[in-house]
Amino acid sequence: MQDYTFLRELSGSIGTVFLVLSFFGFVLFAFRPGSRRIHEDSAEIPFRHDDKPAPDLSASAARTEEASQ
Amino acid sequence: MLDYVKLPILGLIAVGAAIAANYGLDLAYKIHAIIIMLVAGGLFLWQLRRTGEPAIPVPAGEYMDGPVKAAAIATVFWGVTGFLVGVVIAFQLAFPVLNFEWAQPYLNFGRLRPLHTSAVIFAFGGNALIAAVFYIGQRTCAVRQWGGNLSWFVFWGYQLFIVLAATGYVLGSTQGQEYAEPEWYVDLWLTIVWVAFLLTYLGTIMTRKEPHIYVANWFLLSFIVTVALLHLVNNMSIPVSIWGSRSVQVFSGVQNAMTQWWYGHNAVGFFLTAGFLGMMYYFVPKQAERPVYSYKLSIIHFWALIFLYIWAGPHHLHYTALPDWASTLGMVFSVVLWMPSWGGMINGLMTLQGAWDKLRTDPILRMMVTSLAFYGMSTFEGPMMSIRAVNSLSHYTDWTIGHVHSGALGWNGLVTFGMLYYLFPKLWNRKALYSMRAVSWHFWLATVGIVLYASSMWVTGIMEGLMWREVDAQGFLVNSFADTVDAKLPMYVVRGLGGVLFLSGALIMAWNLWMTVRKGEAIADTHSAVPAE
Repeated sequence: MQDYTFLRELSGSIGTVFLVLSFFGFVLFAFRPGSRRIHEDSAEIPFRHDDKPAPDLSASAARTEEASQ
Repeated sequence: MLDYVKLPILGLIAVGAAIAANYGLDLAYKIHAIIIMLVAGGLFLWQLRRTGEPAIPVPAGEYMDGPVKAAAIATVFWGVTGFLVGVVIAFQLAFPVLNFEWAQPYLNFGRLRPLHTSAVIFAFGGNALIAAVFYIGQRTCAVRQWGGNLSWFVFWGYQLFIVLAATGYVLGSTQGQEYAEPEWYVDLWLTIVWVAFLLTYLGTIMTRKEPHIYVANWFLLSFIVTVALLHLVNNMSIPVSIWGSRSVQVFSGVQNAMTQWWYGHNAVGFFLTAGFLGMMYYFVPKQAERPVYSYKLSIIHFWALIFLYIWAGPHHLHYTALPDWASTLGMVFSVVLWMPSWGGMINGLMTLQGAWDKLRTDPILRMMVTSLAFYGMSTFEGPMMSIRAVNSLSHYTDWTIGHVHSGALGWNGLVTFGMLYYLFPKLWNRKALYSMRAVSWHFWLATVGIVLYASSMWVTGIMEGLMWREVDAQGFLVNSFADTVDAKLPMYVVRGLGGVLFLSGALIMAWNLWMTVRKGEAIADTHSAVPAE
C-alpha cells in the first residue's frame, strides 16, 4: 500500500507537472531557430538510399556537408 | 559453433513438447504441444542437414528484403483469412442457424469472433507492421537489417504465435481478456519474439548511416516498445498447472477491468494507430513522390499522440465500478486526442499539395488518401463516443462495432493495401503492377463495402440504444432484448454484404499481386551497376 500511495502522490503532483513541461519543451524545441533547414533535409530521407544502403559513414557525412554548403 | 548449440536445444524442446502432449490436461494444450513438437522436430532436421556446411557470405551493400517479402505475403494471406472469418461471423449473427450443430462448440460465434479480431489485428496488421518496420527501418537508416537471421526468427516466431493463438480460440483456450485472449505459454512465446523484434529494430537504428532518425521510425519504435509494455502488464497471470492452458489473472475486479482497457485502448492507439502512422509517414510521401507536408507538424503529431493516447483507456468503462474521476480523465484525454489525430491527417493529406492531379491517375495514392480520410473520420467519431452522455447511448450497441470497423477497414486496411501495392513491384523487381484496373476495382469494392458496413451499424446501433432506454408512462421498459435483436436483422444482412464486398476486393488484390510476381515485366537487374548515391 505504501508503494501505491507514493506513486499516487507522485503522479498527482510533480509527475504531472514534469510530463506537461517536457511535452511543451519538445514542441518548443521543434521550433528552435535554424530547425527549418534541418527539418527540410530530414523530410527528404525517404528519397535517398532506396535500393542500396549507404556505403559507409564518410560518404554520408560528405553528403551532409554538401547539403549544408 | 552456434549450430551445435541449436541442435540439442531444438531436440530438448521437441522431447519436452512430446512429454507435455502426454501429460496435457486439456485438448488445446495437447494440440499446442504437438504443434510445438512438430515445429521443433522439423527445425532439428533442417538444422542437422545444414550443420557443418560452409556459411553463405552475407551480401554486403544490399538490403535484407527476404523477411520483408515473407511478411508481405503473410499479410495478404492472413488478411484474406481474417476477412473471410469476419464475413462468416457477420452472417452467423444475422442467421443463427449458421452456428452449425455438428460443429459445436468449435465453430460457433463465440469462438470464431476472437479468431476474427486476432486474425485481422495481429495476423494481418501485425505482419503488415513487421514488413513496414523491416522495410522502412533499413531504407531510412540506409543500413542493412541488424542481427542477420534474427529477423527470420521474428517472422517465423510471429507466425507460430498466430497459429497457436488461432487454434487455441477454436479449441476453447482463452483467458477472456479482449484482444489479449491467448493463454500464458503463448504470451511467453510472444514476449520472446517481441524482444527479438525490438533488438533487430534498435540494432538497425543504432548502426544507421543517416544521421537523423526519420519520423516514421519514431512511430514504429513507440509501437514496438509500448506494445511490449502493454502485453507484459495485461497478461500477468498464474498458470493453474504447467500441464494445462488455464491461468488465473493476478488482477481482479475493477483493477482488472481498468488494466484490460488500458491495454485494449492502447492496442488501438499504438498497434493500429502509431504503427500504421509510421507506415503512412513513409509510403504516402513515396507514392506521392514529394516529402511530407510539414516535418515540424509530424514531430508535434508524434509527441502529442504519445502523451495523450496512454490515458484514454477509461472511456471504455463509463457507468461501471470505475471511479467517476478516472472515467472523466479518460474522456477528457480522448477528446483532446482529436487534435493531434487531425493534425496528422492534415499532414498526410497536404503532402499531396501540388500533386492532387495524381489522384485521378493513381489508384494506389487514392487508396492511401481515402485511408487518411477514414483515419480522420474515426478519430472524430471516437472522441465523440467517449463523451459520457454519448456513450450512455452508444455503449454495448453496434455503433461501437461500426466505429471500430470504419477505423480498421478504412484506415488500417486501406493504408496496408496501399503499402502492399507499393511493395510488391518494388521487392520483386517489377516495372509495375500487373493490373491497375484491378486496383481501381479493389478500391471501389473496399470503399463501398466499408460505407455499407459503417452506415448499417450506425442505424442499428442508435436504434437499439434508443430501444433499450425507451420507457412508457409508468416507467416500465417498452422493449425486451429480443425485440432489439429482431429489429436488427435487415442491418445485419447489409453489414454482411459490406463484408462480402471488402473480402472480394482483397481477393482481387491477392490475384493481382500474385500475377505481378508471376507475369510482371522485370526491371533489368541494376543492383550491382548503379552507385548508391
